[in-house]
Order: sequence, then C-alpha cells, then structure tokens
Amino acid sequence: MPKALCIRQLTKTYKNGLEALKGIDLDVEPGDFFALLGPNGAGKSTTISIIASLVNKSSGSVSIFGHDLDRELYAAKRCLGLVPQEFNFNTFEPVQEILVNQAGYYGIPRKAAWKRAEKYLVELGLWDKRKDMARTLSGGMKRRLMIARALVHEPRLLILDEPTAGVDIEIRRSMWQFLKDINQQGCTIILTTHYLEEAENLCRNIAIIDHGQIIENTSIKGLLTQLNMETFVLDLSRPLARLPDLAGHRLRRVDDLTLEADIDREVSLNQLFVDLNREGIQVCSMRNKTNRLEQLFMHMVDRGRAK
Amino acid sequence: MTNAHSNWIAFKTIIIKEVLRFSRIWIQTILPPVITMGLYFVIFGGLIGARIGEMDGIRYMDFIVPGLIMMAVITNAYANVVSSFYSSKFQRHLEEMLVSPVPNYLIILGFMGGGICRGLAVGMAVTLVSLFFSPLSIHSPVVALSVVVLTAALFSLAGLINGIFARSFDDISIVPTFVLTPLTYLGGVFYSITLLPAFWQGVSMFNPILYMVNAFRYGFLGVTDFSLWLSYGIIIGFILALYGVALYLLNQGIGIRQ
Repeated sequence: MPKALCIRQLTKTYKNGLEALKGIDLDVEPGDFFALLGPNGAGKSTTISIIASLVNKSSGSVSIFGHDLDRELYAAKRCLGLVPQEFNFNTFEPVQEILVNQAGYYGIPRKAAWKRAEKYLVELGLWDKRKDMARTLSGGMKRRLMIARALVHEPRLLILDEPTAGVDIEIRRSMWQFLKDINQQGCTIILTTHYLEEAENLCRNIAIIDHGQIIENTSIKGLLTQLNMETFVLDLSRPLARLPDLAGHRLRRVDDLTLEADIDREVSLNQLFVDLNREGIQVCSMRNKTNRLEQLFMHMVDRGRAK
Repeated sequence: MTNAHSNWIAFKTIIIKEVLRFSRIWIQTILPPVITMGLYFVIFGGLIGARIGEMDGIRYMDFIVPGLIMMAVITNAYANVVSSFYSSKFQRHLEEMLVSPVPNYLIILGFMGGGICRGLAVGMAVTLVSLFFSPLSIHSPVVALSVVVLTAALFSLAGLINGIFARSFDDISIVPTFVLTPLTYLGGVFYSITLLPAFWQGVSMFNPILYMVNAFRYGFLGVTDFSLWLSYGIIIGFILALYGVALYLLNQGIGIRQ
C-alpha cells in the first residue's frame, strides 16, 4: 500500500531569498496520527502549503497515497483535506453553503453535498448555525467549520495546521475526541500544534522540523524514552520549614507547601517517597512540572541550533 | 464519476456561488446601475434628447438605449469578477478552490460565468427600465443576445486579470475608473461616430467597445457603422487573448501562489 504521504528532498526558497525548506524527507503511513512539530518559522506551514498546492515547491517530490503532485495533481488533491491555520472561508456566506460549495469543487452533486454537509455539521455541533453567516460564529465554531469543510469530500489524508489555536479547553477536548474517532475510521491525520500535550495525547508518530530541516522523526513512545530526567512538582500536606538534605535526590523548595524534584530516568520514584516519608514529609499530590514532550522538544530544538 | 462529470459539477458550483453572492447583495450590485441608467434615460434621452432630435435617422432616445444597456453590462460584468476574485484572494477563500481538484481553466470559466450572469441580470433590469422611455424593438435577437453575452464574457475575463494582479482594493478601481469608463463613454453610446471629425473617427476605431456597442445596436435597431463580422471578430479575438493570459497567469500561480 502506498504511503499516505511521501516527501523526498523537498526544498523551498522564496523570492526574497528565504530558504524555508532545505531538502526534507518525510513518510507518513496510512492510518497514522502524525505530529509535525517545530518552532514558529521552522517550515511547517510551508511544507503543508506545498502539499496542498498553495505554494510552489522549488525542488523535490511530494506524493499523496502514491499520487505524485507533479504527475497526478488532481488525483492527489482528491485524497487531501486541509484545515489551515488561519480562517479562510467566505465570512459572508452561510455555514452550510460553505460546505456544499466545497463538496461541489470535488464533484459531489449538490443534493448529495447538502446531505454530506448536514452530516458533518451535526457531528461537529454546528447544525444549529447552518443558516448563519460564517462571520457570526465564535472562534471555536470557526475552527470546527474548517474541519467540517475539510472533511466534506471524505479525504483519506487530513492535515490540520494548529486546529485548536485559541479554542477553549472544553471544545479542544471534544475536537480531540472527534479527530481520534475519524482516525480510527481510517483517516490518516497529520497535525501541527503548539500544544505539545495535544500531540502527546493524539499522535503515534512525530517529526520535528527546525530551520527547514527534519531534526527528529520517530514514534512518540520512542521519543519519550530519550527523556533522561523529569521534574516533578510535589504538593505537601503540611508546611515545610526547611529543605531536607536527602542524599541522591535533587530537591528545591518552591514555597512552604511545594517542592520540586529532578528525577533521573533510572531512579525509582518509590525511593524518593521512602526518603521523604522518613523525614516526615507527606506528599498529597504530584505532577510533571512541564509536559514531557515539551521538555524533549525544547531540548532537541536547542541541540539542533547548537549544531 | 468521470472527470468531465466532476468538472461540470465544480463549474456549476462556482456559477451558483457567484450568482448567490451578487444576488444576496442586490442593493449594491443590481440596483445602483439600474438607477444610474434610469437617470441617463431621463436626462440624456428625455430632456436633452428631445432637443437633439434624431441620430442616424433614429429617435435619440431609441438610439442611446442599446448603448446604455451595453454600458451597464460591461461595467457590471467587469466589476463582478474583479471584486469577487480579489475578495476571495483577500479573504483567502480562493484557497478552497486552489486545494480542490478544480482545474485552472474551470476557475476562469466559473468566474467568467458569474460575470456574464451579473451582466445579463443588470442588462435585463436596465432594459425593463428603458421600456418606460422607449418601445422595445429587437431587430435580431440572435445578434443582440450573442453580442451581449460575448461582451460580458470579454469584460469578465478582463476583470479577472485585474483581480489576479490586484494587491489592494485601490487596484480594483483603477482600471474601471481610468480605462473602462472613458472607453465606454467614447464608444459611441451617446453618438454616432459619423458625427466626429475624420481624425477622431480614426482614433475611435482603436476603441474595441465601439464595435460592441455598434453590433448590439444593430441587434436592436438594425443599424451599425461597421461590419457585423468585424465586430464579432474583434470581440472573439479579445476573448481568446484574455482567456489565454488569464490561464497563463493562473497556471504560473501569479498573484495567487507563492
């Protein structure tokens, strides 16, 4: 079976001389939920825009489910659904019409398109807004409208460029569940996001891009094994007067009721609790100080820049 | 589904989208040209025309009706496409078409179709208003209809090219204001070029709108200053040339892709 996405030696140099992509290779397997991460200006959106034929590449090749963009452009386009980063629908059109028109561009007859639009508007909780002008929707609704629009022709590959930016946590989680569901139904998904918790929750594989180059391409699980040390925040049940001197542990006192502990990967958390218990320190809750993936992401980007 | 069937649906979709767009804002798109042309009928045809008498042996009011209808069609076909295409670039919803498997030639034909529909809608409305001032007599419906459709197509394509190059809302008003309006006024809408001195008659020959107005007037009144075939040749020649330019620009991604 051909790969959902296959990119080879993709380069892009803009007219102003900016070298946005420096020969990237990327494979995404069918059915994958893939994260494409990178700092701002790293080349994520350029990559996505080239895949979606919105930006002309300088060199290299891109194929979607075996359809090369240079040789079988229209077949490739039929396989792709795009949710761009910025709102790009006609704000003066009614919601359902936006979806019906989009379906029409893919050759779906108007009658069938109205039904298709109904299905996705219902699934994304926008059915009540179907006759409203798109400009009247809230930010979260606009994001969901763009997802519905990208799905209306039922693509095999869905690319979402920061789909939950500016969306409240409740809607974000419902969108996560929706994306998980369509991925389980067989749709391959590529996601870019600045919420690394989102990538860790949803994605199985990951590529990190920086300065137009892929600096990491692996599974999320494989990536997390590279994490050598984690920082935990410990909430104490009783105020702590002074920081205990526990051999083998790196502790910091944040305030009377909070400690931070740097724990190496090979060190058991049980030993820390035993030692804290011996000092009479009771921990009522604990959490990671930063998202694990976020820690790794920063580490890799820093390492890549140091090189 | 065959590609041809799929493309036909995509083409119809663009047309429907365009027609719904200008119909939704009919107060901005249909009504103003009707009022403007109504004023032309009253002032030029009714008040001034009564003193002018005849033009080319035809009552002045009857003479200017086809030209004014054509003027409305030209400006509205152009305005529809240039504003719609530039807005879709500006708001970025042109990307809806660019990411989909709609070939560039269909995008051109779709926008052109939208421009023709708006041109004809306004043309029909102006024709209805003209009935208050002049009895409707159509010498050749085939010529009148074919010329008006072809002219609307020509100026829709011109509007599209303007829209492709436009980078601001100012850019979409420059051509209509400084090129289209003068050419239309000097295109024999209000007078027969036989009234002009020989030199200016020669200069007028380079104005393509002159041929369109004359051919359209022939469709209504059966009189023209030029051969009908010359008019058709010029209109079709311009259509083919502008279509070629528009297709080249879209294929190169000029103005729409980085």
